[in-house]
Amino acid sequence: MEQTLIQVEDAPSNQVRLEDVQLDITFEQLKRLVSPRALTGETMLLNMGPQHPSTHGVLRLLLELDGETIVNCIPDIGYLHTGIEKTAEGKTYLKAIPLTDRTDYLAPMSNNLAFCGAVEKLVGIEVPLRAQYLRVILMELTRMNSHLVWLGTHALDIGAMSVFLYCMREREMILDIYEAVSGARMMSSYIRPGGLWRDVPAHFPQLVQRVLDVFPARLLEYEKLLKENPMWKERTVGVGKISAEDAIAWGMTGPCLRGSGVNYDVRKAQPYSSYDHFEFSVPVGSAGDVYDRYLCRMEEFHQSLKIIRQAMAKLPPGPVMTDDRKVAPPPKHEIAYSMESLIHHFKLWTEGFKAPEGEVYFAVESGKGEYGVLLSGDGSSKPRRVHFRAPSFHNLQPLGEMSKGALLADIVAIIGSIDIVLGDVDR
Amino acid sequence: MVKLVSEPIRPVADTRDLPQALRQALSDKISEVVIFRDEVTLIVPREHVIEVLTHLRDVQQFNMLTDETCVDYYPREPRFGILYQLYSLPRNLRLRVKVMLSEYDPKMPTAVGVYRNANWLEREIYDLFGIHFEGHPDLRRILLPANWQGHPLRKEVPVAVEENAFSFNRARIDAQKPYATE
Amino acid sequence: MGLEQKLGNMGVVTTSLEKAVGWARANAIWPLLFGLACCAIEMMSAQASRYDLSRFGMELMRASPRQSDLMIVAGRVSRKMAPVLRNLYDQMPDPKWVIAMGDCASCGGVFNNYAIVQGVDEIVPVDVYVAGCPPRPETLIDGILKLQAKIKQEPLTKWQ
Repeated sequence: MEQTLIQVEDAPSNQVRLEDVQLDITFEQLKRLVSPRALTGETMLLNMGPQHPSTHGVLRLLLELDGETIVNCIPDIGYLHTGIEKTAEGKTYLKAIPLTDRTDYLAPMSNNLAFCGAVEKLVGIEVPLRAQYLRVILMELTRMNSHLVWLGTHALDIGAMSVFLYCMREREMILDIYEAVSGARMMSSYIRPGGLWRDVPAHFPQLVQRVLDVFPARLLEYEKLLKENPMWKERTVGVGKISAEDAIAWGMTGPCLRGSGVNYDVRKAQPYSSYDHFEFSVPVGSAGDVYDRYLCRMEEFHQSLKIIRQAMAKLPPGPVMTDDRKVAPPPKHEIAYSMESLIHHFKLWTEGFKAPEGEVYFAVESGKGEYGVLLSGDGSSKPRRVHFRAPSFHNLQPLGEMSKGALLADIVAIIGSIDIVLGDVDR
Repeated sequence: MVKLVSEPIRPVADTRDLPQALRQALSDKISEVVIFRDEVTLIVPREHVIEVLTHLRDVQQFNMLTDETCVDYYPREPRFGILYQLYSLPRNLRLRVKVMLSEYDPKMPTAVGVYRNANWLEREIYDLFGIHFEGHPDLRRILLPANWQGHPLRKEVPVAVEENAFSFNRARIDAQKPYATE
Repeated sequence: MGLEQKLGNMGVVTTSLEKAVGWARANAIWPLLFGLACCAIEMMSAQASRYDLSRFGMELMRASPRQSDLMIVAGRVSRKMAPVLRNLYDQMPDPKWVIAMGDCASCGGVFNNYAIVQGVDEIVPVDVYVAGCPPRPETLIDGILKLQAKIKQEPLTKWQ
């Protein structure tokens, strides 16, 4: 449907005024969610509100506490709901890519890749090999980026404040690479359907080599600080356990699932973008508690470095964008002498390429879990429906179950270990 | 303790055998099998969907519900399609189950009994599309405020909300916006 | 030979009360820890070691609105979050300032749809708008410096 312009007075946003927004659930609904002891006043209902230093964004938790022990934990999400899926219905496939950056904003390139992979699958576009290898390098750097923020904020919540500053310092190196490659520090929109926006600059290998040289020593530093630290282990071992069957039943993916002992990694199970050309291992835990998830993610750093080394060594020369002019814009110099290129350029920029009718689902393994895009094309140049299978949404659901019987301070550790991003949960 | 698993890539089971096997096992319950871009979609009528999902989970080993969502095929009738994206960990296979619903009867049985994570997913579909799930333990809005009117992801709700501001209408838009002054 | 020269040897300066209060308020702002979305990550980067915000007086961010005087709205404000935002703003004691960081807080940004408030100035009065999606940490620092310049010029009667 065409985007209709409406007058400001009729905007549906004005139907709910600020004063009228109802945030709390009704008493009838509450009675079904909390234990009967809350209604007599024996246990306390505490609101861990949307603005809180340890909730990693705007997550609201309704906690039913018996002293310091949690009887029930009810998450209330939606405080960052952005309507990205609705906005994407009004944009062409190329213009919707910046929107995908903003779902899981700590790992922007993996979201780009998931969406572009879905578009390429739907339309049937081949990606050249150099672009695939570069995508792998950028995906692994993005995974390290996401894990660094996870480590920094998780350690900050549990009390190890210096780790936060170290992780941010490391992250600046990766953001320098993002900036050199695409121009923006975070929301790069560099991965486009058909390949990449443009080839990497000449000093890209030096930047990546700096990361590969510096990181192993820094990771050793973090491990010395945290891994065998008795205070860290006191707060994380045995906390927030979830068994393998429960994790599968709740649809958890990523390090949360692997920490419980299930070997599922989309890169190994359904390889995309030539991940099958590289050798790497997948860390799988056993106990399903916060400490095992921490160990899985720390080991994933080392595996990412391994993959980047192999990819940089094997990087082939060649184009980074597909030759199919119906999908990818022609190089600028060609427009000067080829009428066909001019027309292709014109059509791509005014209308965009068309996708056939049908549904596809494409998933990548982002730092948080299986990030999937369900794309429904309707024959026109705009999607009929874009749905993001957000890993944080699924990983957050069993929070109530994981935290039963835990102490109030453990909730902070559990939320940190699930590694949620509210942009992903609420979209 | 964490162990490193570096087994070679499991071969993806051949999806060409899957439609035939499913047709044999569930012949009268599925209306159609669609294969598009190497992905198998079963179109199931609403009455049989819980039976089909239970069979797929227990017998065919599709033990993870990766996603459940809704698509609005507006000018078509039936208008809504509920899609269940399933994954089988032991067999490494993906499958999609689709149920078509009419605009005048947007009701579905809940899949919470089959897959636990359908809880929040169905709340999201109810919130954004208005499909009512019968038997759901806690069907209320999840992403929008509790007293929001309407279901925004339906096609009749326009995508944009504010007029694009150009030089000729900027003053008018500014005059109508409710700026806070204190 | 003015009063300043005579008293200067004793380590005394003369100035107006307005300027002194403005100088003190501007150089010791305590921001509220209010990161919503992607801009919050750039705000965290600005607080970290490469672009250090504590050289401008903002060593720590207070989680409690009662103890802070600057609200940096970093990120997109959804319709569900809007009353929470107003509540937090009302809880902050005077004098208080608001920086709308990023495009979503300034004008709705990329998201022109049902869920996002089109500019946080519909809810709270904003002093400085910082553009960018997300703005670089240097841009945020530029915005904070502009706010400091604005505070230094404020008349004493403003917060009565």
